[in-house]
Amino acid sequence: MPDDRELSATRSGGRLLTDQVPGLAAMDELVVSRQSETLDSDDILVRKPLGFLFWFACAFVGLVVVLASIANLLPLPNPDVGNFSAINAPPGIHHLLGTDDLGRDLLSRLIYGARVSLVVGFVSVVIGMSIGGTLGLISGYRGGRLDVALNAGSFVLLAFPAIVAVIAIVAFWGQSLLKITVILGVATIPLLYRVVRASSLSYANRDFVVAARTMGATSSRIVFREILPNVVPVAVTFGLITVAGVIVIEGSLAFLGLSVALPTPSWGNLISEGTSNGNLSTNPYIMLWPVLAMFLLLLSINLIGDRMRQRFDIREGLL
Amino acid sequence: MIGRRTSKRAAALEFPDAVPSEGPLLVVDDLHTSFRTGRGTVRAVDGVSFTVGRGRTLGVVGESGSGKTVLSRSIMGLLPPRDVIKSGTVHFDGRELTAMTPAELRQVWGAELSMIFQDPMTALNPVKRIGKQITESLRLHLDMSRSEANATGVELLRSVGIPSPEQRIRWYPFQLSGGMRQRVMIAIALACAPRLVMADEPTTGLDVTVQAQILDLLGELQRERHMAVILVTHDLGVVANRADDIVVMYAGRVVEQAPTKTLFQQTRMPYTRALMDSIPRLSDPSGVRLHAIAGRPPDLIHPPEGCRFAPRCPYVQDKCRQIEPPLRTAGSPDHLFACWFPLVNGVSTAPSVRSTADGAVIAGATGPVANPGPETTPGQVAIPGPAVPRVPPAPPGYPGETPIDPDAEVGTP
Amino acid sequence: MAKYFIRRILQLAVVAFIISVLVFLLVHLLPGDPTIIILGPSDTAHNRAVLLQQLGLNKPLWQQYTTWLGAVFHGNFGQSYLNHESVASIVKTGFPIDLELIIISQVVAFGVAIPLALITSRRPNQAVDNISTTTTFGMLALPPFVIAPIMVAVFAVGLHWFPATGYVPFTQDAATNIHDMILPSLAITAGSIAVYYRLFRSDLIGTLQEDFITMARSKGLSNRSIMLRHAFRPSSFSLLAAAGVNIGALLAGTFIVEYLFALPGLGYSLVYAVQQRDYLVVQGISLIVAIAYVVLQFIIDFVFTVVDPRVTRE
Repeated sequence: MPDDRELSATRSGGRLLTDQVPGLAAMDELVVSRQSETLDSDDILVRKPLGFLFWFACAFVGLVVVLASIANLLPLPNPDVGNFSAINAPPGIHHLLGTDDLGRDLLSRLIYGARVSLVVGFVSVVIGMSIGGTLGLISGYRGGRLDVALNAGSFVLLAFPAIVAVIAIVAFWGQSLLKITVILGVATIPLLYRVVRASSLSYANRDFVVAARTMGATSSRIVFREILPNVVPVAVTFGLITVAGVIVIEGSLAFLGLSVALPTPSWGNLISEGTSNGNLSTNPYIMLWPVLAMFLLLLSINLIGDRMRQRFDIREGLL
Repeated sequence: MIGRRTSKRAAALEFPDAVPSEGPLLVVDDLHTSFRTGRGTVRAVDGVSFTVGRGRTLGVVGESGSGKTVLSRSIMGLLPPRDVIKSGTVHFDGRELTAMTPAELRQVWGAELSMIFQDPMTALNPVKRIGKQITESLRLHLDMSRSEANATGVELLRSVGIPSPEQRIRWYPFQLSGGMRQRVMIAIALACAPRLVMADEPTTGLDVTVQAQILDLLGELQRERHMAVILVTHDLGVVANRADDIVVMYAGRVVEQAPTKTLFQQTRMPYTRALMDSIPRLSDPSGVRLHAIAGRPPDLIHPPEGCRFAPRCPYVQDKCRQIEPPLRTAGSPDHLFACWFPLVNGVSTAPSVRSTADGAVIAGATGPVANPGPETTPGQVAIPGPAVPRVPPAPPGYPGETPIDPDAEVGTP
Repeated sequence: MAKYFIRRILQLAVVAFIISVLVFLLVHLLPGDPTIIILGPSDTAHNRAVLLQQLGLNKPLWQQYTTWLGAVFHGNFGQSYLNHESVASIVKTGFPIDLELIIISQVVAFGVAIPLALITSRRPNQAVDNISTTTTFGMLALPPFVIAPIMVAVFAVGLHWFPATGYVPFTQDAATNIHDMILPSLAITAGSIAVYYRLFRSDLIGTLQEDFITMARSKGLSNRSIMLRHAFRPSSFSLLAAAGVNIGALLAGTFIVEYLFALPGLGYSLVYAVQQRDYLVVQGISLIVAIAYVVLQFIIDFVFTVVDPRVTRE
């Protein structure tokens, strides 16, 4: 009854596009957990504490999330409406971060812009992980023709210049937050699939899984009760990294005006505004705040992801 | 045999110690090695001393966790520098290894002192050809040219019994079987004809038949080159026929130390006895239970007071639990042991009953060993020669069999 | 070995083919009528129909595809209907730019990451290591669209060391070409440095704990020798794989930098063409990019077989 992964995956149907490709196999291995079977060094060496920076990063991300969520409740001026009597005002009492060249409050635009980055970042990864992750989990364990097909498909999709698809679809389907989130979410599916599959695969042949099988556990029980708990650390860590990546992509798109439609603020288009029309010299604050915010947010997310990776002893992956 | 070599050490390399030099080759004096960990300081090697003469073989025997691997690395000086506390000295050929700088040590390593590692799967660089791994040290220590080193490498492979060495020298480790890989390791260790080789569990993980071949090979090469060997193992059977002297380690300390024959015929320490008993014998009828040593090795962060083997010793007495027995000799100066109630002719000198009001039993049983004398000096403690008349029955719980016949055949591998 | 490569080439050809189909479908299934864009919204239906026929857009999809593919095999990628420049010439101008950006940025990235990792992996968690780690973390948080404007502000506008825009082809004036390309290349380098450094360092640290390194030490080899000749190679595998992924992502991801520095590279041309529904350009460039990605994977695999002897022999 144990399916012979070697045979089914490589010899029969999947001859053309298997994971006997060193580059790809190595890529998959990049994130596979390398927990040692014997006594872990954790028992012997001093365990590094998560560190002050980690909690600071968590706090910052938490702060951004909270502010973005309750933006409507905060006493902020409308981010889209300019107050022409206060153009390019420096930070002050009325406008904590100043105003831009159209008189719009920068703090308000920053916080509303945070919504876009956060929603796009996290929700798209949630989409990608639910679909790609689940597929990867099952595919990694079960193998067989489905696995070969999905694996091949993911390779092709990764080779496909996704930017083209994203831009095209955004350009013609519409520039709403929801649509962009969905598009980017779908775009992350191949990558997350591969990562989770690699992790699932690494556990699928371990002794404890074989043991469960010999005790009569059903496949779904094995997948969800034996393999999934081991895959979660890898998935969460890599998910965080992907969140950072998606935020960057959305930022780049927004910079070109291809994300949410103006005048809705997004950090990307705030930066774009800040660097055009000579604003750099007249009012550097326009660019400064979103740059700083984005820098700190990305830094925090990466830091959290990295500490988690260290804590769970996951091999350094694709970042 | 090694071929000709053209280098400054050429003459010395052929038979490094054929002309006996002064003094023992290796002197280890009160070596301590501890590791700082999150849970405390692990005292892996806690006061070990011994010497190794030129061309002699020393066996270091102990269970997992006895500190024997840490010992071998400490002697060489291979431990990582951080979180490690070392004290004590190691003298190699008159020079103090423990006082050398890393650069000086690097000149000794490989050239005069080398190590055979336990697992040939992981100890060979998987992406380097075995030839390169051999010729590295030749070119480094002996200034050989590439072609010389290559030729020497081929000869080395041949001398360790690898067929078609001219082709195999270009192979990668994964192309070889386990036994062949271990032979390659031996070739690497012996490449520059060191005077002392430390073999750290060289046969663990190999098939039994291959084990014997490897050990025979090592012995043969050693005799040819008049090399000293320290054989570290958990298996008494491995060292029984091949070591001149044996050191038995337990919980980071030496508990018994003697020439091989003496150790087997006049075992003093109950732990050593138990190790011997745990070797299954062909002559035993089938169905005989294996003699395992009950219990587990002690925690090296907080070692127990008193004798460290006390919790597992079948002859344990109150004194054992309270005061740690020193390592001392009794009679023969090259036989050291650490036990308050050592075995004599296979029989324990411990009283059968713990301290009771019955003075007669105690007085009779303990006999002349009652006053062991000064605690710290390896003094001449008088132990009666022939067997003590009163033979105490085996304590309850111990595999209840008759006391071992000391003249029986012992420890055939 | 040869069998292995033939198999790989076949695999990659299949992938390229599939991608060409996907791109084609993507472009043609999107809503929007190219004739409106070309002729303007107020032109007559009749003219539109004529144009449609001229462009061959009224034929069934599969036929359009085969026509296109056939033309491609003859080297004819069609024309941009916006400026009537041939797609091939757009690619010819644009590809060297992308190539140059990638080459310069990767050379710098490896040139910084590898030595730095070699140095810091031997003594982790000490001063140099902590500084490097923190700095590279920072680099990760500075994507190109953030770094580029800052660099322009500082180096171009402020210091006048480099131009903010402008491009001279390599064949025309190599020195100026490289000089002008430095800022844009560096804008995409930061992320790569961070990825490579952290990956290589972590693998080195792992490798240095292996038994064969202790064995190499016990042979008396110097630290430099051990790092370069024993630890380097086994640790480079994931670096190689990451390079493949990273460069692959850069192939189409340079559009931001090209936009900012006004470089007529493939990335920017692609984005522009998508917005203008210049479908032949989109198809042509996408195909080229996909093929480049596939060739890249092939090269990486090849390097793998060179670097890791276990690959073809096991």
